[in-house]
Amino acid sequence: MSRRRRTATSPPWPVALPAVLALAFLALPVMGLLVRTPWGHLVEILTSKTSLDALRLSLETSLFATVIAFLVGVPLAWMLARSEFVGRRLARALVTVPLVLPPVVGGIALLLAFGRRGLVGQYLDACCGVTLPFTTPGVVVAETFVAMPFLIITVEGALRGLDAKLEDAAATLGAGRWTIFRRVTLPLIGPSLVAGAVLTFARALGEFGATITFAGNLPGVTQTLPLAVYVGLEGDLDQAIALSLVLLLVSIAVLVGLRDRWLRTGSVS
Amino acid sequence: MRRSAAILAVVAAVSLTACSSSTGGAPTSSAPAPSSSTASSMAASGSITVFAASSLKGAFTDIGTAFQQAYPGTTVTFNFGPSSGLATQITQGAPADVFASASKKTMETVTTAGDATNTEVFATNTMEIATPASGGASVTSLADLSKPGIKVAVCQKDVPCGVAAQTLFDQNKVTVTPSTEEVDVKAVLSKVELGEVDAGIVYVTDVKAAADKVKGIEIPAAQNVETRYPIAPITKSQNSATAQAFVDFVLSRAGQTILVNAGFAQP
Amino acid sequence: MTGVGAAGIDATIGMDRGEFTLEVSLAVAPGEVVAVLGPNGAGKSTLLRALVGLTPIDRGSIRLGDVLVDDPAEDVLMEPAKRRIGVVFQEYRLFPHLTVADNVAFGLRSGGASKQVARSDSQEWIHRLDLAALSSRKPGELSGGQAQRVALARALATNPRALLLDEPLSALDIATRQDVRTQLTHHLRHFTGPTVLVTHDPLDALVLADRVVVLEGGRVTQEGTTHEVAQRPSTPYVASVMGLNLLRGKALAGIVHLDAGGELQAPDASMAGPVLVAVRPTSISLHEHRPEGSARNVWQGSVDTIQPVGDRVRVSVSGAPSVVVDVTRNAVNELGLAAGHAVWLSTKATELEVYPG
Repeated sequence: MSRRRRTATSPPWPVALPAVLALAFLALPVMGLLVRTPWGHLVEILTSKTSLDALRLSLETSLFATVIAFLVGVPLAWMLARSEFVGRRLARALVTVPLVLPPVVGGIALLLAFGRRGLVGQYLDACCGVTLPFTTPGVVVAETFVAMPFLIITVEGALRGLDAKLEDAAATLGAGRWTIFRRVTLPLIGPSLVAGAVLTFARALGEFGATITFAGNLPGVTQTLPLAVYVGLEGDLDQAIALSLVLLLVSIAVLVGLRDRWLRTGSVS
Repeated sequence: MRRSAAILAVVAAVSLTACSSSTGGAPTSSAPAPSSSTASSMAASGSITVFAASSLKGAFTDIGTAFQQAYPGTTVTFNFGPSSGLATQITQGAPADVFASASKKTMETVTTAGDATNTEVFATNTMEIATPASGGASVTSLADLSKPGIKVAVCQKDVPCGVAAQTLFDQNKVTVTPSTEEVDVKAVLSKVELGEVDAGIVYVTDVKAAADKVKGIEIPAAQNVETRYPIAPITKSQNSATAQAFVDFVLSRAGQTILVNAGFAQP
Repeated sequence: MTGVGAAGIDATIGMDRGEFTLEVSLAVAPGEVVAVLGPNGAGKSTLLRALVGLTPIDRGSIRLGDVLVDDPAEDVLMEPAKRRIGVVFQEYRLFPHLTVADNVAFGLRSGGASKQVARSDSQEWIHRLDLAALSSRKPGELSGGQAQRVALARALATNPRALLLDEPLSALDIATRQDVRTQLTHHLRHFTGPTVLVTHDPLDALVLADRVVVLEGGRVTQEGTTHEVAQRPSTPYVASVMGLNLLRGKALAGIVHLDAGGELQAPDASMAGPVLVAVRPTSISLHEHRPEGSARNVWQGSVDTIQPVGDRVRVSVSGAPSVVVDVTRNAVNELGLAAGHAVWLSTKATELEVYPG
């Protein structure tokens, strides 16, 4: 009986040791942050105008970015998963570009497209006086650019993993393609939609390079939480740490909430 | 193995130089004594890292090259960035050997923390309005910046060039609502270069360095704000001899020539 | 092709799937149940997909009543949603996120009915299939037999032109299978359209179907009533698969009184009521004279047909009961069997499989 217990629960030390090291490596920076947090006047810092502005701005823009990603990203994911069309492989490659591009490079690219002298931006400016850089919508654009691929890839994966059998069954019952999508496909990939949306939100929330390059840094307008942290490093270290704590807590919340879904591949029951 | 031998050599050199009188030992700024570059070449070798304000990028890169030529066997690596950020990094233990900042305040951060003692002002700079090389709204003076619809980029409030910009506006009673507060002066410059803003408040040296990528609108001396640049070797440096040699070089004729060519003024 | 009438299935199908070719003609009259029986790889699922419309055919045509649903030559291809064929899939394919009631109502709602109307219309089927108590459960909470009934109700609720069942009982365990098979017989009897039952289990064909079409390697090797096919198997596969004697009767105190005449001793004395008795042809022995020995079931008969199949011989014997018996060629010679000959048959009670039916 003792033999069974030993093999079942305790990992061999060549596995346990590196694992513990990995855990320590991940935990120590977090602990460092927690130790240095100015707990004494944390509330005061977090309720200062700069912090509240940054927090409000971050939440609003990330939410908008997620919604936009959803509205245009889910249809694209569906097309990538289900339709055969010319240039599908190119489209799929394009979707992954924001994932591999350094965010600052993404920001520059956005400027070259949507900036005042940009490919599209110059016409927006000329015709309608619409400029995106240095505006809150500009922040949303930057965040959507870097975060949307997360949604598209998650949803595309879910659609691919979905067994066509249930959709076939729906067809035999007389359901047209739109009805099948609405009543069978969407509900079945629901968990993945949620996971994708949460990932997108988290990525948008944490975005720095593209935001600061494309949208600039202006408190209350474009200074999101990550920007406020970076700027805080120049002047107010305590504020930087406090805001970092907020971002850390949000990230942890996201990851804990997603943990089950993330580990469960192809979560269609 | 070689590394530990080098360290021993430096330690020996440091203890030797500590006995000799160092140039410019007063902690407060004073006119620099021009010293020949060979005076303290006793043990200048190995590599050092110089943390310098972004506005010093062009000039210091050239100084670094000249220094390495004057002292063969040395390597100078630069870390350019906003002075306040660099000061924070140094007080947090970043491995700097020399610190050249764009403001007294940021240098004070470092000296207060005990990481530097012998500071020396080696150059001064003034502000200029940078405008895009082509296109952009018409900006001819400081007052134009407060016109509605004009997009202005400045440095963020806590960095020296941001402080200077704010002082500039206050002194001249100009109300400007910037479109963006960039993290350092080079970022302001790139926004101007890209044409994303109509004007940016940068240093005179930045406009010079950018050549024809931007146009510069001078600010008359009476309206302008002067920035004084202190430099100091870092006490915890692993290569104090070379660090001191570098500081001396910056203050020397060779170094000062390079700085003046870049648009700085002698203090 | 065979005058199936206004609402039957009339299909001539040619399909190429890589190295495999399917060539089948199938006609099912309204109200008829035809079992398509075949081993794995015979092409049953391909045939099913063609009828449902999930895969287009390469040659031939498929008609449902007077509606042409697939004809490559005429460039006609109707999508599954429009064919109105009710399908019960092997794994049922119930929608896991919908309740039983919503599953059953799904087809009606897809047809445009409002939620209320669909619910009330599907109520009829929910009651008929005894699902009222399970209405608000989700498929994950159902047993195999219950899920099968839901699948059937869902398919029938749309009032389909035809019914297709794909191995409807294979997902069930043996014990449930028999119960469900019996119930299925009742429900199929009430369906007025044509029914195609695809299966590899001959018992399904014997119990549920009027006619059987045997599919081997993409071709029909035999078709006819179950009795005809069992009597005269044309291939070894048919012989082995359709060789089961299935007799109906009523059990009482260990004795089964067969509907068609005769009595058999059952192995289990506790059975009572209507039953099905299954006897394998290889479990029955033929004798010239009345045999001695421990076999409890002994009766007389006369030889109908003798059909060699492979290295065995299938002998069809009329008597009380009439059965088919598999014997070796030697046995045939030794007994001097010929049509019309009188023989004695014996089988042990333990060789009988009796179950409620």
